[in-house]
Amino acid sequence: MALIKTTYNRRSFLKASALAGGGMVLGFNWLAGCKPAPSSAAFKSMPEAWYDINAFLKIGENGLVTIMSPNPEIGQNVKTAMPMIVAEELDVDWKDVIVEQAGLDTGKFTRQLAGGSQSIRQGWQGLRMAGATARRMLLEAAAKRWNVPVDELTTEAGLIKHAGSGQTLGYGDVASEAASVAVPEEVQLKDPKDFKIIGTTRKNVDAPKIVRGEPLFGLDYDREGMLIAMIEHPPAFGMRLKTVEATDAKAMPGIRDVITIHAAPEGFDRQWSDVNAFPELVAVVGTSTWEVMQAKKALRIEWETETPLESTADYTRRLAELLRDGKTEPARRDGNPEAAFQNAATVIERTYSAPFLAHNTMEPMNFFADVKEDRAELVGPIQTPEFLRKSVASILGLPEERIAIEMTRMGGGFGRRLYGNFGVEAAAISQAVKAPVKLVYTREDDMTQGTYRPAYQVTYRAALDENKALIGFHVRGAGVDGGPVFADRFPAGAVDNYLAENLTLDSNISTGAWRAPRSNFIAGAEQSFLDEVAEATGQDPIDFRLTLFERAINKPVGEDNDYDAERYAGVLRLVREKSNWDAGRPGVHRGVSAYYCHNSYVAQVVDVVIEDNQPSVQKVWCAVDCGIVVNPGNARNQVEGCIVDGIGHAMYSAMTFQEGRPEQNNFNNYRLIRHAEAPKEVEAFFVDNGIDPTGLGEPGLPPVSAALANALAKATGKRLYEQPFINNEDYFELMEATG
Amino acid sequence: MALFNLTVNGEQHQVDVAPDTPVLWVLRDHLKLVGTKYGCGIAQCGACTIHLDGIAVRSCSLPVSNVGDRALTTIEGLSPDGTHPLQEAWVEHDVPQCGYCQAGQIMNAASLLAKNASPSDADIARAMQGNICRCGTYLRIHAAIKTAAANMG
Repeated sequence: MALIKTTYNRRSFLKASALAGGGMVLGFNWLAGCKPAPSSAAFKSMPEAWYDINAFLKIGENGLVTIMSPNPEIGQNVKTAMPMIVAEELDVDWKDVIVEQAGLDTGKFTRQLAGGSQSIRQGWQGLRMAGATARRMLLEAAAKRWNVPVDELTTEAGLIKHAGSGQTLGYGDVASEAASVAVPEEVQLKDPKDFKIIGTTRKNVDAPKIVRGEPLFGLDYDREGMLIAMIEHPPAFGMRLKTVEATDAKAMPGIRDVITIHAAPEGFDRQWSDVNAFPELVAVVGTSTWEVMQAKKALRIEWETETPLESTADYTRRLAELLRDGKTEPARRDGNPEAAFQNAATVIERTYSAPFLAHNTMEPMNFFADVKEDRAELVGPIQTPEFLRKSVASILGLPEERIAIEMTRMGGGFGRRLYGNFGVEAAAISQAVKAPVKLVYTREDDMTQGTYRPAYQVTYRAALDENKALIGFHVRGAGVDGGPVFADRFPAGAVDNYLAENLTLDSNISTGAWRAPRSNFIAGAEQSFLDEVAEATGQDPIDFRLTLFERAINKPVGEDNDYDAERYAGVLRLVREKSNWDAGRPGVHRGVSAYYCHNSYVAQVVDVVIEDNQPSVQKVWCAVDCGIVVNPGNARNQVEGCIVDGIGHAMYSAMTFQEGRPEQNNFNNYRLIRHAEAPKEVEAFFVDNGIDPTGLGEPGLPPVSAALANALAKATGKRLYEQPFINNEDYFELMEATG
Repeated sequence: MALFNLTVNGEQHQVDVAPDTPVLWVLRDHLKLVGTKYGCGIAQCGACTIHLDGIAVRSCSLPVSNVGDRALTTIEGLSPDGTHPLQEAWVEHDVPQCGYCQAGQIMNAASLLAKNASPSDADIARAMQGNICRCGTYLRIHAAIKTAAANMG
């Protein structure tokens, strides 16, 4: 049982009702889940009174507990996991917990952000403390009431007990007194072996509402008197608005106005989250979505070229030139790589590439804004509400304290909703038309707006000596808006002579973080390459990696090696054991891959067959080391989702461009993986090591494309170097020949 | 604009909309039934799936003037209280991640099971191929459909 100081994030433990001067009190919170989930077994009716214990939780006199989930929910299910952690240390029955989504409140919460797979990792201590301090306050209230020493009291699932006298009290019975107890300076945290909630599977708290179609998402938000707005952005990167003729559009049924807005005007205080290739937009505002969609078609807009219009062929060529001739300082250099390659008996060199990708959240971009003279209220799907507030304050010319942001559930994030251009645009439109407005992007507007996963190319070289030992390793990568290489990741630290180089290409095609940024490309390239090198050395691919890990453990090269070789080797050993790698599996072709990113370790084996002239993934075995697993059922769901996502994009998806114009704008021309192409089976295994939890929203994705490519190499005899895989030369002929 | 009488989830409604208005937007904007979702507008993603006389259709591509007196069923009307075997199986298997596609998945699956009480794996994959899940919950969707089919059989 750890005794810790409660200095971390003390603001959250102060009484929730203390709204210091300037704080806005919102009216009825449309998004507050007032009802406990009907599937809750011990269904209690709503209490007569709630007592705020701290920013995270309030307790009703009947023992029901409302726990706030502070972070934005994109489908990673922190809305279940974060309250689970609070509930654990509070020591309540999960059946008595109602979860509500917290709005943006930097006075009470830190890091209300969904990104980097960090919510649980960074929230772990604070969430535990919130629950533990509340529990302590309840104990002190009971001790006072019973006039006994507080150390003689214990709790169990919402009940306070005094063994000596046999008395018991429910949390609800002392909640009002507990609310006035001073927040303790020190508090006991549970020993993980005593966890009753953490480490058990709890269902998604919103599942009953989701399957019933209850309003949850930004696109579902409704407000009396709300108008619908839609934008038109330039059809090509490098273009901007010249003139707009809107007479016909304005005359159409249901249309209130057609305006132009600038989402990043002169003097705008730009955050990192204000990525926007098209800040100057035409906005159509009306009373219903379909009417606004029709009016958009009646606009007559002239665009003009501002910067060179590039095609896929252009930046593909420029990336290749950069890779071949670009000058750069090494990102990392160990030993003497030039000599190693000079003296090598064998040099293996391979180049891998991948295209721009759109995020394509199922729910398109949207945001509600109600801007008044002196304040603004925003509601919608955003991964970075704190940054959105800054940008909205800037565009509106209002202080941040006058801007309230409520977060809806998001129909997917994948990194796209880190960049809140749509929130800024909604605010600008609402201010201009002086009415509450919900801005909605069509799928076409969304897919062609930019903020893409960048296009990349990388060349790997391996130097082998006459004994086929790996003596030199060189990775040189180029990407739009930043190279893909992580210089200190494996196999850095395991090879005497090592060189890593990163090159960047500018483009007017806007880019942004896409699930597991950079890793989502480089892991696949690296792990495919290591497979070829293993083959050249005559070793089993797992043995080959384990030998390198041995080196990194016993005699590491250099410093700052960005991985724990023991844990990395651990997941490879686990997947080897569980997949029966050594015995093999008759009738399937197998590939292995492993990667470390966002603080978690993942190793995967893919079993594939070629059926009906296409790959059919029979099973993916996935070993994960993410420390303590808070919600095992959801952890498995995240792993499955990452695997489907990684396979799908590597196999099928690409944004391509002709003179700056995206050639894809909807799902008829941008292919996403569908039900029939998903793996038939995924089995996940989690290392049990008691380490503080790390994330799972992203780590399961990067390695899988290589595991698949390595399996396909076994199946077809050919390696795949280009993503999407279906674009490789002779891909279809190859599948037909093999199948 | 014209008046249309619609039967939605067993209830009568009258709406005054342009005849080419897709049922999707009549449901969402005019009847405030937002369970049926917009994902693409061109019948490529399945998020807008509803039943027309019990058969799955993509409401984004069904003009309100084509409906007539046929019965429309949305996710809100699939069961009165979330107790359709598919809805229960979805919760049992903890299917949703972001949840945005799931109403369309369930409506499409309900139509499948109404026609084919014990679909094979291939039947399920073929029937569900039009419903995209960007979060990749296909394996759980598949398992939940099989569970529901077993419970209904």
